[in-house]
Amino acid sequence: MTMDHRWHYVDTVRSTMSAILYPLQVMVDLSTRPFRSISHYFTSKAALIEQVETLRTRQMLLETQLQRMVTLEAENRRLRRLLHSSMETRQETRVAEIIAVDLDPFSRQVVINKGSNDDVFPGQPLLDANGVMGQVIHVGPFSSTALLITAPSHATPVEINRNGLRAIAMGTGAPNRLNLPFIPNNADIRVGDMLVTSGLGGRFPPGHPVATVSRVENLPSRPYALVEATPTANLDGIREVLLVWTTPANGLSEAETEPSEVTPETNHSP
Amino acid sequence: MIPARPHSWLIISASFAAALAITLFPVPVLLAPLRPDWTTLVLIYWIIALPHRVGVGTGWVVGMFQDAATGTLLGQQALGMTVVAYLVLLLYQRIRNYPVWQQAIIVMIFIALFRVIGAWVLGVIGRPVGFSYWLPALTSMLVWPLVFLVLRHIRRRYHVV
Repeated sequence: MTMDHRWHYVDTVRSTMSAILYPLQVMVDLSTRPFRSISHYFTSKAALIEQVETLRTRQMLLETQLQRMVTLEAENRRLRRLLHSSMETRQETRVAEIIAVDLDPFSRQVVINKGSNDDVFPGQPLLDANGVMGQVIHVGPFSSTALLITAPSHATPVEINRNGLRAIAMGTGAPNRLNLPFIPNNADIRVGDMLVTSGLGGRFPPGHPVATVSRVENLPSRPYALVEATPTANLDGIREVLLVWTTPANGLSEAETEPSEVTPETNHSP
Repeated sequence: MIPARPHSWLIISASFAAALAITLFPVPVLLAPLRPDWTTLVLIYWIIALPHRVGVGTGWVVGMFQDAATGTLLGQQALGMTVVAYLVLLLYQRIRNYPVWQQAIIVMIFIALFRVIGAWVLGVIGRPVGFSYWLPALTSMLVWPLVFLVLRHIRRRYHVV
């Protein structure tokens, strides 16, 4: 147990066992499918039409934004080259599916159906369409386990989108709440502020939305304010997630920019 | 000792796999803390029924698999199951003769012990447990008669010895 907790020596044992357990997990997942399809069956045609309509308008909106995005990205690249900045990275994303199994209810984890056969690595960020979900902690051949950002042992380095104030978003164990400790009472933070990943620590790529500040309370008797935030990602009710591989586009050579695992800023022991 | 028939092992393993599958089956968030420790219950049953087949080693292996499956620290539940298996092995002759409701109370004590060991491990790694951590001891007591009757039926039907 100490070996698992401190040095992760037994990760190979764990990944072998997860390979043995994979059929069982898939079986459980399949057995939940009828329950889900029942709810699909009962959605009315009108509701479906309405959903298609909203999705269509949303796509229109997103596509117009994307048109501007292409020019902005090109401009950004030109400016960065002028500055000789090497911040630029290219991201590759792949869709994985969450296997519907319940894990230890006291630490928030999910199992996804991609493993080392699909080049998943420990520490890999996991996103959904709305924001950051968590990071991979154990990798098996066919499946891997990810720790969500709301887990009590997870900390996400974030910054406020509005003014760049850096903070750390700690999980609380509650499904929809993050805690931001160590924010001074006089810091410029308001309810509704968007928190994005700061990219410090090297685990998460910078600029992905994490949470929205939901509560700010100044406590004159304490050195730090009480700040809570709600994750933007849909952590509970989602099936498809995105795995991100970050590779430097150009600039630094490959060898220099291997994702460094030396300084884990997050304590990801389950 | 009677040589184990291969199908006995098959049925015992299948019952553990089924218990593990039920443990993994997703339930609403509110009900998740109430989930009984199915695999521990199955382990207790098999030790009471066939103490010459199932014992401390089985408990350890099943516990390791449950740890790997539920994402807890590898060995956390294995340790608890090993200790529970040992105590049940000491007491199985007595427990066998109790009526089912009395067995259920003993089972609650065993599950509570299993949870105490888990809580101790979690405490050591800095993750103190809350009140809801202890609820499975009660729910396990309530489902014990069901587990007992189902597994006894399976054992008699398939002559598992």
